[in-house]
Amino acid sequence: MSFIRKPTVTNSRLPKNSLGLTRRDYEGGMSTLCAGCGHDSITAALIQAAWELELVPHQVVKLSGIGCSSKTPAYFMSQAHGVNSVHGRMPSVATGAGAANRDLVCLGVSGDGDSLSIGFGQLAHAMRRNLNMAYVIENNGVYGLTKGQFSASADVGSRAKRGETNVQPPIDPVVTAIALGCTFVARSFSGDKQQLVPLLKAAIRHRGFALLDVLSPCVTFNDHEDSTKSYAYTRRYYHPAIHADFVPPAQDIKAAYDHGEAMPVELHDGSRIVLRKVDEGFDPSDRARTIGFLQDAAKRGEVVTGLMYIQPGQDDLHDVNHTVPGPLHSQPYDGLHPGAEGLRELQQRYR
Amino acid sequence: MKPTDTQHPDYFHRVVDCQWACPAHTDVPLYIRMIAQGRFADAYMVNRESNVFPGILGRVCDRPCEPACRRARVDEKPVAICRLKRVAADYRSDIRDRLPKAPATTNGKRVALIGAGCASLTVANDLLPLGFEVTIFERFDRPGGLMRTNIPSFRLPEKVLDEEIGYILDMGAELKAGCEITSMAALLEQGFDAIFVGTGAPRGKELELPGRHDSPRIHIGIDWLESVSFGHTTKIGPRVLIIGVGNTAMDCCRTSLRLGATDVKVMARKPREFFKASAWELDDAEEENVEIVVNHSPVAFVVEDGVLTGMLFDRMEYTVEDGRIVDSRVVEQVTIPCDDVVLAIGQENAFPWIERDLGIEFDEWDMPVVDRTTFMCTRPGIFFGGDAAWGPENIIWAVAHGHEAALSIHRHCLGGDVGDRPPRGVNLQSAKMGLHEWSFSNDFDGSERQLVPHVDLKKRFKKLNIEVELGYSLEEFQVEVERCLNCDLQTVFDAPKCIECDACIDVCPTNCLTITENAEEPALRAKLTVPAENLDQPLFVSEALPQTARVMVKDEDQCVHCGLCAERCPTAAWDMQKSLIKIPHADDLAVDESPIKVAARS
Repeated sequence: MSFIRKPTVTNSRLPKNSLGLTRRDYEGGMSTLCAGCGHDSITAALIQAAWELELVPHQVVKLSGIGCSSKTPAYFMSQAHGVNSVHGRMPSVATGAGAANRDLVCLGVSGDGDSLSIGFGQLAHAMRRNLNMAYVIENNGVYGLTKGQFSASADVGSRAKRGETNVQPPIDPVVTAIALGCTFVARSFSGDKQQLVPLLKAAIRHRGFALLDVLSPCVTFNDHEDSTKSYAYTRRYYHPAIHADFVPPAQDIKAAYDHGEAMPVELHDGSRIVLRKVDEGFDPSDRARTIGFLQDAAKRGEVVTGLMYIQPGQDDLHDVNHTVPGPLHSQPYDGLHPGAEGLRELQQRYR
Repeated sequence: MKPTDTQHPDYFHRVVDCQWACPAHTDVPLYIRMIAQGRFADAYMVNRESNVFPGILGRVCDRPCEPACRRARVDEKPVAICRLKRVAADYRSDIRDRLPKAPATTNGKRVALIGAGCASLTVANDLLPLGFEVTIFERFDRPGGLMRTNIPSFRLPEKVLDEEIGYILDMGAELKAGCEITSMAALLEQGFDAIFVGTGAPRGKELELPGRHDSPRIHIGIDWLESVSFGHTTKIGPRVLIIGVGNTAMDCCRTSLRLGATDVKVMARKPREFFKASAWELDDAEEENVEIVVNHSPVAFVVEDGVLTGMLFDRMEYTVEDGRIVDSRVVEQVTIPCDDVVLAIGQENAFPWIERDLGIEFDEWDMPVVDRTTFMCTRPGIFFGGDAAWGPENIIWAVAHGHEAALSIHRHCLGGDVGDRPPRGVNLQSAKMGLHEWSFSNDFDGSERQLVPHVDLKKRFKKLNIEVELGYSLEEFQVEVERCLNCDLQTVFDAPKCIECDACIDVCPTNCLTITENAEEPALRAKLTVPAENLDQPLFVSEALPQTARVMVKDEDQCVHCGLCAERCPTAAWDMQKSLIKIPHADDLAVDESPIKVAARS
């Protein structure tokens, strides 16, 4: 929460993207979250990613459910469309928005409560439909808005600020998503923008459902000793398993990497994700091995991050349903209206 | 890079660009804040402590602070610092009971000050309250020096001069007006404990060209201004040429307009970008329809039958590369008719009255050798300051010299090494008043610089002493004070408290913060959130941060001191702290030897 207005003045050397916009043009309202909240860092990463991808703000829809995390859409890209939906029901609203206008960039921001408790079913089915959207879980392990009760992602043995110990096993959104067939699954940390920004860019450009679980410490209720979602704990056990760089379509990737170590994955629009493995035994295109790798790492207490699983080229919601090309608002009237004869024929089929 | 040493008194001082640029180190943000609070007398006293003549300088200072102003870097135009100083002077209540007073008994040390200009008066101002007996020798019948004789009264009213000089003289200085010192040896015989030479640079430069001495209508600028000031010259011909394009030339052309001239041309040898005059003085002259003619190099005065009829010029063409003239050519010769010529091509100091066998060493240019720190010449006990020391500068420099010389005189007279200078100090005090409360206004005001209103063009020429600038109105200065960025509200970082949550970096409106791996300066500058390309401004580099051993880096160039980093910091690793820079003056020696005397001034 800040009571000082953010000055309109900018750094005089702030670079502009090809739309003539600076990073600050992608900002939204002033955050009302606690000072030091990881969510604000994720907002900054979203702003950076949108600026770097040169997204046209009015061609973006930001969606969220309920919770601290779900306030995020108010804090970036003021000019974009925004929906703050019902608790846990953001995937349904996103499905509607995406179905009606397939050209929109669909950006969902949710939290561990909104996604893993009340909205768990919605999340699972959005992945099953392979809805074309980037879905960010701002994961802090607590219900911050209701004063710090454990959420479904809290680790066993983690202690709450008031002293009680969590005994229920956590739901790991990354393992869950891979198991459910999600086509893009990544984990990152609000305190590591060098990793987070390229992952966000890749998630936005991935066609299909991209789940990004971002550890985002709650400074007020979950940043103490004995917390497993604090800044200090996350940094101590932080283990990036793989580096992922996002390379836009026109750019040559050969110059930037020594051959052999880099593994490019091409996305549908010609952009690529260049992966560089840190762990030899890890393969982000192999579901079974990734799940095993994650479970082993969890036993060691490591916070594994990076692009965990990717399967580009899968049919998305529109492919499966053979929808018309282009957004519904641009469909010519003739194509939408069957005419008197057509209507009679249609009715005939139900007689 | 090594962690920045913020304990060094110059570190935070340098962040306050205006105060750093001011030779007398006036605490600009403090007095601007006081004006904002309606504390005009307090603002005046803060000014007076460092620059002694707020009313005068608020009108005629060369304002080195304004080009340095941070606002000009992050926005467009600097805060009108100089004219806000005038606001403090204009709106203040009577401050006479707050002025330092001379003690009832003197310390028995007698100091002679030669010339009653700004340098000498500053020395007197600093030494009188400490019990020194001060005698000022002035060749004219009124004190003020070049402030009175060379600055026209339409820019600096006599009333303001008399008042601020009066404050000093009233402390008990003995003014020997109309008493020109013609021999240093004779003065030395009077047995003063110290002598301060503040005689300025009273000699206007000559332009020895054919015809120079054939007409009485060719004037030396500063002598002519002096003559106008004393009422000896009351008119000038209708067509006047001013040779030279410095600030004196601007005063000469504008004075000519008030003495009956109707066609005034300022003749410049070079193109406009090489002019010496301050931009605002050029603007003021051009507002009065003075024509500034560039690329005309004087060749000869045209005098026919003893009457000046014009002046011959070479019209020049220059080749300019990277802001420097690399070649010049004469295109043609032109004669420009005129009735009077005023030469304003510079001035210099001259010491024909100092005997060369007194142990005062003179250099190859026949200038006394003066120590840059102590202001003492090679004969102990004799000090130089103002234009007399190293040639023409501005009033504010003379004031700064005066403070330093007074310190030296104190040491010289009361024992101690004059070279032993008390250190500068800095005092920091948190501005945090509550959870989200700060003791300063940190809302960035995007307003443009306010213009100072001028007297109507038709009215201002009626009399010589109609002050052209009216000063800010209440509405105007209230906008202008909020343009100040409060650079003295320092961003102070405590590395051990940082949890590297990035909150400050994300919220910073000018992206001047970065947490990154440490590197050498060029590499570090290049990899900041926005690369730090202004090499004149330092980087702040923290100690290694606790969690990742990276460093917090701040580009001092672009910070607007809004306080959002401190407001957003969950652990108070960032704090906004008011810095008070302590510049030692002579009175600090008098109280004790500690560098920080008072902290609770604000």
